[in-house]
Amino acid sequence: MRRTLLLLAGAILVLIAAIIGRMVFQPGPYSFAGGTEVDLASYPNGAALTGVPAELASTDPRARAEYVTRMADCEACHTAKGGKPFAGGRPFVLPFGTIYTPNITPDPETGIGKWTDAQFLKAVHQGIAPDGTRFYPAFPYASYTMLTDADVLAIKSYLFSLPPVKQANKSNTFGFPFNQRWLMGIWSSFFNSDRRFRPIRERDAAWNRGAYLVEAAGHCGECHTPRNLMQAMDQHNKFAGGQAEGWNAYNITGDRTSGIGGWSDAEIAAYLSTGHAPGRGVASGPMSEAVGLSLSKLTPSDIAAIVTYLRTVPAIRSDRLPQPAGPAPASPKLASIDNPVGKRMFEGNCASCHAWTGAGAIFDEARLTGVRSVNDPTAANVASMILNGAGQPGTGRPYMPSFAAAYSDAEVAAVANYVTARFGAKGSSITPKEVAELRRN
Amino acid sequence: MPPVPESEGLTRRAVLYGGAVTAGLMIAIDFPWGAARAAPVSNPEPVATGQRFNAYIHIAPDDRITFTLPAVEMGQGVYTSQAQCIADELDVALDKVIAAHAPPDQANYGNPIFVVQATGGSTTTMAWSGPLRKAGATARAMLVAAAAARWQVDAASLTTENGVIAHAPSGRSLRYGEVANAAASLKPPTEVTLKDPSRFRLIGKPVHRIDTPDKAIGKTVYGIDVMLPGMRFATLRSSPVLGGKVAKVDQAPALAVPGVRQVVVLDDLVAVVADNSWAAMQGLNALAIDWAPGANAELDQAQLWSGLEKASQGQGAVAKKEGDALAKLKQGTVFEESYELPYLAHAPMEMTNCTVHVQGGACEVWTGTQVPGFAQTGAAKVLGIAPEKVTVNNHLIGGGFGRRLEVDGVIKAVRIAAHVDGPVKVIWSREEDIRQQLYRPLYHERLKARVEDGRITAWHHRVTGGSVMAHWLPPAFNDGIDSDAVDGAAEVPYAVGDRLVEYIRHESAVPVQFLRGVGPNGTIFAMECFIDLIANKTGTDPLAFRRRLLEKNPRALGALNLAAEKAGWGTAPPASPFGARRGRGIALMNAFGSYLAAIADVAVADQGDVRVTRLVIAADAGKIVNPNIFEAQIQGGATFGLSAVLFGKITFAGGRVEQGNFNDYRVLRIDEMPAIEVHIVPSNENSGGIGEPGTVVTQPAVANAVFAATGVQLKRMPIDRALIAKGA
Amino acid sequence: MLEFTINGEKHQADVPPDMPLLWVLRDVLGMTGTKFGCGIAQCGACTVHLDGVAVRSCQLPAGRVGDRAITTIEGVGNTPAGAKIQKAWIDLEVIQCGYCQPGQIMSAAALLASNPAPDDSDIDAAMAGNICRCGTYVRIREGIKHAARS
Repeated sequence: MRRTLLLLAGAILVLIAAIIGRMVFQPGPYSFAGGTEVDLASYPNGAALTGVPAELASTDPRARAEYVTRMADCEACHTAKGGKPFAGGRPFVLPFGTIYTPNITPDPETGIGKWTDAQFLKAVHQGIAPDGTRFYPAFPYASYTMLTDADVLAIKSYLFSLPPVKQANKSNTFGFPFNQRWLMGIWSSFFNSDRRFRPIRERDAAWNRGAYLVEAAGHCGECHTPRNLMQAMDQHNKFAGGQAEGWNAYNITGDRTSGIGGWSDAEIAAYLSTGHAPGRGVASGPMSEAVGLSLSKLTPSDIAAIVTYLRTVPAIRSDRLPQPAGPAPASPKLASIDNPVGKRMFEGNCASCHAWTGAGAIFDEARLTGVRSVNDPTAANVASMILNGAGQPGTGRPYMPSFAAAYSDAEVAAVANYVTARFGAKGSSITPKEVAELRRN
Repeated sequence: MPPVPESEGLTRRAVLYGGAVTAGLMIAIDFPWGAARAAPVSNPEPVATGQRFNAYIHIAPDDRITFTLPAVEMGQGVYTSQAQCIADELDVALDKVIAAHAPPDQANYGNPIFVVQATGGSTTTMAWSGPLRKAGATARAMLVAAAAARWQVDAASLTTENGVIAHAPSGRSLRYGEVANAAASLKPPTEVTLKDPSRFRLIGKPVHRIDTPDKAIGKTVYGIDVMLPGMRFATLRSSPVLGGKVAKVDQAPALAVPGVRQVVVLDDLVAVVADNSWAAMQGLNALAIDWAPGANAELDQAQLWSGLEKASQGQGAVAKKEGDALAKLKQGTVFEESYELPYLAHAPMEMTNCTVHVQGGACEVWTGTQVPGFAQTGAAKVLGIAPEKVTVNNHLIGGGFGRRLEVDGVIKAVRIAAHVDGPVKVIWSREEDIRQQLYRPLYHERLKARVEDGRITAWHHRVTGGSVMAHWLPPAFNDGIDSDAVDGAAEVPYAVGDRLVEYIRHESAVPVQFLRGVGPNGTIFAMECFIDLIANKTGTDPLAFRRRLLEKNPRALGALNLAAEKAGWGTAPPASPFGARRGRGIALMNAFGSYLAAIADVAVADQGDVRVTRLVIAADAGKIVNPNIFEAQIQGGATFGLSAVLFGKITFAGGRVEQGNFNDYRVLRIDEMPAIEVHIVPSNENSGGIGEPGTVVTQPAVANAVFAATGVQLKRMPIDRALIAKGA
Repeated sequence: MLEFTINGEKHQADVPPDMPLLWVLRDVLGMTGTKFGCGIAQCGACTVHLDGVAVRSCQLPAGRVGDRAITTIEGVGNTPAGAKIQKAWIDLEVIQCGYCQPGQIMSAAALLASNPAPDDSDIDAAMAGNICRCGTYVRIREGIKHAARS
């Protein structure tokens, strides 16, 4: 008996160790590719894999520095809604409290104006502030650690070329034990390799450039890879879908149903560079920011490199996303949907742009059928979209206003469920309470 | 100058509307501008030749008849109802008539109730039907006299019908146009006999509106549709923070937009002038304007509410005192409650716009305004020129609701146009329109009543809020009392015993203006909710309770009983898929010289969303000029009230308005519209107003229905779903 | 230079392709019957027809119109459904200020053309995107039914 218990206890320990081990000992972000990692210097023309693409090599230094900053998309997180660019203050609501991004303009008092190159490198590569305190990994240093010193310092030079903005940083609202920043040192020892990018010798330059853009600069996995209990990216499920501020960041592996395996290269490229691929939907929420502030600024060669790299990520099927439904009927009446509040919302606020067929009444960007968010039975992104809207009015680009202020949780939930039922593969049943949760982001 | 018909019973410097002329709230005031005659008509005559008989009627030799109408058409149907009054007395058919808005000319077109030339307060019919009928009858008498002279016959032997004068004994006839010149040179008769109502062909009849056919085909030119040769288009952004200033702006990004011609930077706004509105908007979007927010950067809604509440605890100026209410309220069964009304934006579908051409020390303005005189003097003041140098071309208005009683849009446009070479049309975006206007004041209504034997024996109503009258018509703000803010409270239809009605003026940084329903939107809302509260707390049926207080007020009782009968008071409200909890509410209002009762049915969802499922309104507004328009005004007023009570609120955070467009400033849509039944009490009383009562009476009826459905009486509008969610 | 067919006539306009059709109609071609109400496709005042389908012109980039035929309030009376709706609007005195009505009429005409006997739910579905602040909703509903019966 005692022996059985011991055995059992041992087995549990082993299991726990295995789980922790699997959590802690993560494969490298692109080790799926196999091959041999080599120093940049040993790769033919390895320097061209980092920095700006060849076609921009002769532009002026500030333009090159700006391009690298765009590659790393610093602005999105370090700008508050309606605030000055790079002056920080944007809130991120996490399970343990709210964290605000800091001011990274060169203001000497409230920004990073006094930072040395070494301090900046240490912050970006290791997540350690000049005073020695640790940053939370909401700052994606586990990805940025792969950036070359030259690129990190290019970013610094760009930031230092901006007008300083005097805006004090807001402190986060984490309670114990999450307010213990030193714990991040332990986290880093597990999850931050503190290693610069090393290309794979067997892969071509486009692939390696893509890997650098996706893994180091673009930090795509920070949202698209699910996180483990330690809030680290679970590379075992690389790009199988994660979360960002209440939005589902969908599977971008090569799986044909739940990933982007069915998308053509041109569709992926269009989506990344314009935020829209006809028939595939629009980038919304955090992804629309990534497109607007970063990906849309990249050269076609860089977009092509990203596509090349993404194509090689192993397919993972996530059962959450079914095969999208086809077009909806033109007639508003659908006996199968009993949702009067949802219909009322849709006909008043949505049909003008989206159409009763879901094909988009004015432009394809408003298409609902075939779009992953609409076929996502959690309806998280549909509801988030209704709450947040997308784009800016009066620009000549498609725009969707936010309906958060004037419509109740019940109304938003109802119309989200109406949309998924009418245009998706499987109706959702998001609740007013869940909508209330989404509002907090 | 042609003769001006005197408005019967109202002299120029005598009376001011306090909302309820017939209810007796009349305030004698002195106007600084007195009875000074304004400049002669600066607009070109609508028809080039012919004769003007008086300020309102012009007849051309080819029989085209032009009416110059003092009240402005903004949807309420007064183009038609005013024309009906003139045309009936003049004996012409409406299809012969061209209607035109009056130019700024207070002497001729000043509203007999307001004195100033303004369209509002639901006053058009009560103010103008008499003078306009007299003008029509006078012109007809002159035409008849001229024909009689030509034929050498007795005027009494002539008859008129549809623009033709006939002499039956001789079989001769003349068209009005044929004697117009001769008639206009005659001395107008001092006395004319108005038609006996039995002979009305137009007045009291549901004749078709004269403005509808053009509106149905997109031909009507609103202010926003004005097109002039060489015109530029502009749009503007004012400081997002109330009262802020432009600190710095680099114009280059706007000027780089194709089609942009000019950036006008003023102290508080930036405008972009371009070849078309779209280019102007793109230019404006391209600018990164640095604003100096100024003193209101921290202003927020909670602070505005608490400031108001605090102010309401003070002592008010006495608007009405009968007996000693305060003493009586010190003992016995006393109820007390306060109700609060939010800031509201008008959000008319035609956003603020104004076209201006400044040149050679003169200025021409094209816009739609409820106050052409204010537009003229406002523009003149900006430019430092005499008002006569400003021509105002008024237009049909795409929804007023009080918004165009202010000329802030004209003034901003003139300030911009002063820097532009040639005519420029300034259009506000919807966001600018909602964020930069003046708002319906925040109101706090504190009520206290003593109940003895099921009757109210003492009543105290204290109104606290910003004063519109104080800036809009300073002479109407007397002894610390805004006559509009206490309208509906100073005189009440109910027997409430000893009464004290007070007003406390409390201004915040937020500018305020009239909104459809004006003061009674607050006073009557509060009173009707309070009456329901007392009925509820004394275990009395709300209808029965009101009837008891109306024994001596047959008109009010008549409207109330008709509504109750038609609504089936006492039966269950209809079931609805929009909510399981159901309720029926009643409200009564007496203001604007009219009596309306409304009964609303609601369904309330578990989470607190409210659906109005049916609305029954009974109205006694005295004599009616056009029953069809009358009904439309009640339907429309009620719809406006539904938007307000269900959704309407403008709130401030960081000194900025938080709403901006119809996605966050929600208004009722057709699929949220309940069935409305309008029942008219036949009446020979003086005409009351009908533009606003529907708005006023609907809001408390809905609030009382929600109270009945949920057992929760909401004290602050609009309806807060969280407070009536099931189990809240 | 973009080319449009509006109410059966060809028009040319030298405008950027992202300029919404609304402003091409109003400011460039001077057809002001189509109204600016919100700029974000939430009010319907700018509704026109593209090949008979109601579309909000404030959000429609001129460059995306293509060869679809545009019908505006100035021309909708030449279609059977449009003429019926306009007549019903006059018969029943639907209109108050009239500013939203070009859009209301365009939406109603498109509804009637595709559905000759709309019920209340159909009317809600087709008309809820058109805001009226005067409160003509009750009569719009009656007007559509009246037109359908005629």
